[in-house]
Amino acid sequence: MEIVRSQRKPADAAVAPALSLYRSAPALEVRLEDFELYAIDRLRVLQGISDGLSRGKKPQEMEKLVSELWRAHMRHQDPSEEMNKDIISHFVLRLVYCRTEDLRKWFLSMETSLFRYRFRLESPESQRLLMSEFQLPYKAINHAEFETVKDKLNQVARSTGPSSNAEALFFKVPFEEVPELVAGRRVFMLKGFAYVAMNQVVSLVATQFRSNLSKALVLTNSRKWTSTIRDKEKNRLTPIVEALSTGYLGPDYSQPKEFSEISLKDIDRLASSSFPLCMRHLFDKLRENHHLKHGGRMQLGLFLKAVGLKLEDALAFWKSEFSQKVGAERFDKEYSYSIRHNYGKEGKRTDYTPYACHKIISSTPSVGDHHGCPYRHFSEENLRAALGKMGVGGRSLDDILDKVRSRHYQVACTLTFEAVHAASCDSGINHPNQYFEASQKILQTTRQATS
Amino acid sequence: MTCKLMDASWSTRKLAQFPEDLVLTISNYIMYGLSCTQAKLHGLPKLGKLFPHADIYRWLSYGNDGKHPACDHSYFGRREFSFTLENDIYVRFQSFNNAVDMENSIREKCPYKIDIGPVYSVDPAKRHAYAQSGNNVFAPVERELIFDIDMSDYDDVRYCCSGADVCLNCWPLMTISVKVLDTALRDDFGFNHILWVYSGRRGVHCWVCDGRARRLSNEQRAAIADYFRVYKGGENNAKKVNLTGPVLHPFLARSYTDVLKGFFEGKLLASQNLFASIERFQKILEIIPDESIASELLDKWQGNRRSSISKEDVNVVRWEQLKHVLQSGKQKAQGLRRCVEEIIFTYTYPRLDMEVSKHMNHLLKAPFCVHPKTGRVCVPIDPNNCDNFDPTTVPTLSQLLEELNMSSMRTESEDEWERTSLGKSIKFFRSSFLSPLLKSCKEEMESVYNSKVKQSKNALNW
Repeated sequence: MEIVRSQRKPADAAVAPALSLYRSAPALEVRLEDFELYAIDRLRVLQGISDGLSRGKKPQEMEKLVSELWRAHMRHQDPSEEMNKDIISHFVLRLVYCRTEDLRKWFLSMETSLFRYRFRLESPESQRLLMSEFQLPYKAINHAEFETVKDKLNQVARSTGPSSNAEALFFKVPFEEVPELVAGRRVFMLKGFAYVAMNQVVSLVATQFRSNLSKALVLTNSRKWTSTIRDKEKNRLTPIVEALSTGYLGPDYSQPKEFSEISLKDIDRLASSSFPLCMRHLFDKLRENHHLKHGGRMQLGLFLKAVGLKLEDALAFWKSEFSQKVGAERFDKEYSYSIRHNYGKEGKRTDYTPYACHKIISSTPSVGDHHGCPYRHFSEENLRAALGKMGVGGRSLDDILDKVRSRHYQVACTLTFEAVHAASCDSGINHPNQYFEASQKILQTTRQATS
Repeated sequence: MTCKLMDASWSTRKLAQFPEDLVLTISNYIMYGLSCTQAKLHGLPKLGKLFPHADIYRWLSYGNDGKHPACDHSYFGRREFSFTLENDIYVRFQSFNNAVDMENSIREKCPYKIDIGPVYSVDPAKRHAYAQSGNNVFAPVERELIFDIDMSDYDDVRYCCSGADVCLNCWPLMTISVKVLDTALRDDFGFNHILWVYSGRRGVHCWVCDGRARRLSNEQRAAIADYFRVYKGGENNAKKVNLTGPVLHPFLARSYTDVLKGFFEGKLLASQNLFASIERFQKILEIIPDESIASELLDKWQGNRRSSISKEDVNVVRWEQLKHVLQSGKQKAQGLRRCVEEIIFTYTYPRLDMEVSKHMNHLLKAPFCVHPKTGRVCVPIDPNNCDNFDPTTVPTLSQLLEELNMSSMRTESEDEWERTSLGKSIKFFRSSFLSPLLKSCKEEMESVYNSKVKQSKNALNW
């Protein structure tokens, strides 16, 4: 077995980290059932992380979540067996998730999160051990240098929160290596270098982990793994791999489904009955101002496409609004292109998929923008007013605002759905088009029941 | 030189009478030296060119146009240019092998606007041919780190103008943005080759051209944009600036003490009359989280209608009162003390167009274009002297035309622009930006080459 930790002696077990860097595939015998079961268990962990992230959980909450998920799905009485399971499941999922850009992106980001929080749970000694395994070329700054920047380092530590205690061990690294620390202004920056505290090295290591895995995934894909294994194996493994990659990502709503067509005359009725708040807000603002900025046009436009608005209707719809503000001629010149573009009729002719909740939640609306997730981007007052307009009040309104305060935006949206429809939504909302379809389903059932 | 003098009184007077699209055509004619039928129709003599093609070519070649063995001669040819033509026709993925190629194409196509995109892995004009090979090799590989700040994003804090208009009362908001970003890009991020350009109407563009900046990934670009992101817009978000933590990050603290505070108190307060009327000061009071304090101040200011006793500016007086209430010993709550800073950040901190900076493939208008609506040339701004930059005196097309007429008798120089007020800008571009940039490109190329040679020598020895 060629795993990186081959140099480790069993006696060190207490100190040595239980974390693998997954440098090379294990040469292990794996039973076919385990091949699949291990992979499914790991997927449950990754899916749980994905849910947690899209609910906007804070790092401490994520740490707790990850350790619970790991315990629930990956634990084994025998530590060496647990490590095997870890490594095998990782490599099986690599095969599954290397195959398209979207799959790779999801897997990469979830595996990196998993690694990050497992790393944080390790002891400082084993963290240092792991750092040396990555062979990072950075040395801690010496005392003389520390003294010259001490005040600034202190200032940064205090700016990020009162809880962080003074750290004396810092690494000076090119800022490119720690994008997330730069983005959060959590490091002192000087002439292109970021001063990374020992308790922040997880960012450094995670970046490294991510970039190694990213390269490996592209390689795994381009090598066409099926060609490197025996035919007999291929026939046995392919169906499992195929099934694993489709079942768990959720539909992307790139093709309108059950209510496959909507017509322009219904659109106002549908907007008030079945649009989630984010889309309804954009829709109302468009009707009100006869204009939306780019981010809003994309978010609403792709949603409407997936709801089943045909291209000709979409052009007519946007034109009827925009022409009131900018005139028909300017609409044809400046805006119609991007609508056809969204429908894959211009430019590189990609049929663009509508935005999922996580994308909308992580967007950054700016001056004059109305897109984004209302639960995340509205002030409490504005959100209260918007929900009131949807007819949500009393207890359910308080519950929703409560979820918003603890940053469970998708849960808040789910609660809104339940309040508006007086029906439960067990799956939770994670896509505006899912909201729409679920809403239509309920409304149709009640319509049938009353008729 | 075939340049013939025409009636000096012609230019401004006549240009003003022309319809907008013809002015544009003429602007192309003058800038790029086009042989344009409409211009001939109206009796314009051949005027030559003002657009510094050769300088733009040298800049975007980053030293790869030389004879050094390490030069990548495909480099410039992999850069995307986009043209906006007559009737808003937009042509993307133009590419040129050399300066002459570029100049001819510009002359032939008559763009109103030239945008510069990234350097791709392959020639963008031939992207379809590569797409057929199926490996998706066509991708951006290098791009300057760019920033775009637009005055129309400041409409909620300026009362002198709105939308596309700017005046000397609001323009300083751009000036301080240049100062805040320029200092941080140099001192924090260690970049040296930074070009600031007036966008021709209502904003500024920034091009960070260091090799290290050009090679940043999208994720790293987004991180830098986020580092600079303090102002969080969104129409439904009441509080745009949230400063947390007991102290400010050194970058924010420096921006605040060195630039923002002095500007807000010394200039903006009075120039925008921020406290002069109830609608205006109410906006500021909304930022204060403690309602009782806000209403106390509101009552106070509503009561006294600009008492004539005080000679002091009402804005200054009220600002001092607000600060006094928020920072007095009574206010233990950290949030309230921080509120003074939040107000200043809300009104003055640079508002970046985040999306422009985050992705390699965003296009940005080339320097030295003429803005189609204002006729002003997109000239560089000297960050060390940005206080003196006045957008209302930037050379316009008609002005340049007049200057050419006035002077064409006297000299016969190689470059038309030397005889116009554009000369100063082009000289600045060359001396302060282009030559230091090319010098460091050469050094970088040299050192990369030497280490490669050394490596291969070592390999041979071994």
